[in-house]
Amino acid sequence: MELEAAKMIGAGLAAIALAGAGVGIGIIFGNYLSGAMRNPSAAQKQFPNLLLGFALAEATGLFGLVIALIILFAF
Amino acid sequence: MATNPMHQFNVYRIGPEIKLGNLDISFTNASLFMVISSLTILILFFIGTRKKSIIPTKVQLLAELSFTFISKMINDTAGSKAKPYFAFIFSLFMFVLFCNMLGMIPYSFTVTSHIIVTFILASFIFVGVTIIGFVKHGLSYLKLFVPSGVPIILLPLIVVIEIISYLSRPISLSVRLFANMMAGHTMLKVFGGFVISLGLIGGWLPLSFSVALTGLEILVAFLQAYVFAILTCIYLNDALNLHH
Repeated sequence: MELEAAKMIGAGLAAIALAGAGVGIGIIFGNYLSGAMRNPSAAQKQFPNLLLGFALAEATGLFGLVIALIILFAF
Repeated sequence: MATNPMHQFNVYRIGPEIKLGNLDISFTNASLFMVISSLTILILFFIGTRKKSIIPTKVQLLAELSFTFISKMINDTAGSKAKPYFAFIFSLFMFVLFCNMLGMIPYSFTVTSHIIVTFILASFIFVGVTIIGFVKHGLSYLKLFVPSGVPIILLPLIVVIEIISYLSRPISLSVRLFANMMAGHTMLKVFGGFVISLGLIGGWLPLSFSVALTGLEILVAFLQAYVFAILTCIYLNDALNLHH
């Protein structure tokens, strides 16, 4: 296999990490919503935690994207 | 037709070349945008705090809102002991926020989409927090790596993991901001390229999509600045209130 083709495949594989980020963000927002439905008065106080969890989950997926971009552009 | 979506991250020189030995310290577009964002913050707060009327003007309201927002965040996450560090965290938040937001203007440059900028900010925080921890608690700050209530057999493993997770803080903090900014801007440019290549007939779909993406990116720009500041607070909380 040529190096160029292998790089493309590797970058594509590295981008699979974003699937995990999608699952994580879904879990965070879903659980927040179900918690907020049960106890709406406590929902407002947990909103910063929701944003924090969202950003943390999204970032782990983006680490995979960074690997993909490193493969594509840095080597 | 579509140009390279990475082209927007080019750093080029503005004005004359300045060399310090082997180091190139010329004024670039990145430095220009850092200066612009710092000046914008200064002007905003200069105008906002000039009158100090009881019924605030719009600019004064903006300044007051951001002030109370950060002050409340620090109080909630790091406690009252973190009050002296308010100025640092506030300026950090405003700088990252304005760099992100100014980057959303078309044809401008996003300073925070370069890993070296965010890494310098994050390593500054990391070194500062470590120094604060050792100054406040002395050698007992090392208890941070030994969580209470862990069985003795597991301890060697846990301590190693805790130390690695502590040392990877500046990397994760910087890569989070950098990756979010870079990925978002690349995505915007890729969809912009689709508009051109699909032409008048099919170009409407990616165009509307990139309008929606711009909205999302503005949200992410704010959120990442917020997360950067709140994680700084959490690290500071570990250093100030040692309760392991």
